[in-house]
Amino acid sequence: MLAENSSSTAHPAAIERERAYLLRYARLQLRNPAQAEDAVQETLLAALEGAARFSGKSSLRTWLTGILKHKIIDHLRRAGREQPLTGIDDDRSEAEAVDALFARDCHWREFPAQWGNPDAALEDSRFWAAFELCAQRLPARTARVFMMREIMDMTTEEICKELDITATNCWVMLHRARLTLRECLELQWFGKSEK
Amino acid sequence: MIPTCKHTAELLSQSQDRSLSLPEKTRLHLHLLLCVGCRNFNRQLEFMRAALRRYRDRD
Repeated sequence: MLAENSSSTAHPAAIERERAYLLRYARLQLRNPAQAEDAVQETLLAALEGAARFSGKSSLRTWLTGILKHKIIDHLRRAGREQPLTGIDDDRSEAEAVDALFARDCHWREFPAQWGNPDAALEDSRFWAAFELCAQRLPARTARVFMMREIMDMTTEEICKELDITATNCWVMLHRARLTLRECLELQWFGKSEK
Repeated sequence: MIPTCKHTAELLSQSQDRSLSLPEKTRLHLHLLLCVGCRNFNRQLEFMRAALRRYRDRD
């Protein structure tokens, strides 16, 4: 939909209004408030400088998010160079945690429970606090891959290329992230609310 | 052959990231018919994806 005064440049005030959204997005992916703040600041600056390039074909938010994604990737690359997130022990303990969910015959040790009407949880601010806690508890390496997939909407191929990992490795990490998040949500929220 | 829960959970998770082959889909559906735990897991995967988007996009 076109705005009434359809000037196609992005207005500084409109750009500034997206700050909170961009910050939440960056924090989910980077997990480091200072880095997230930097990435957003760089995005806003780039957007203000390049406001004339905003065509108005997509929403302002979509345009800004596109810039932010590049800034986040830059930060991930820089952070990866300074402090690589490789840890064999980490990997092993995560694999063990996942294995522990299944019995020797490879069936669930404990069946995933029926979550009732989970959509109702989405309207409850206490649920979001639990959700945030569970997302933050994901191990760093796993979380990075998972957020690239779910928050940045990158395909597995894109993630593999960026992190130089195999597709299988990527799927394993995504699966672990989901199993871990699921366990945590059931423990922190859905198990409790049904008692 | 009907896959185990562990393998089914992997396939369900991967179905969020790639398109499964026809044999994979068939085995998956067979297992889901018989297993309430994996059916719950499947719904929870969808819920978690939707919740993450909602968390990201809420104002």
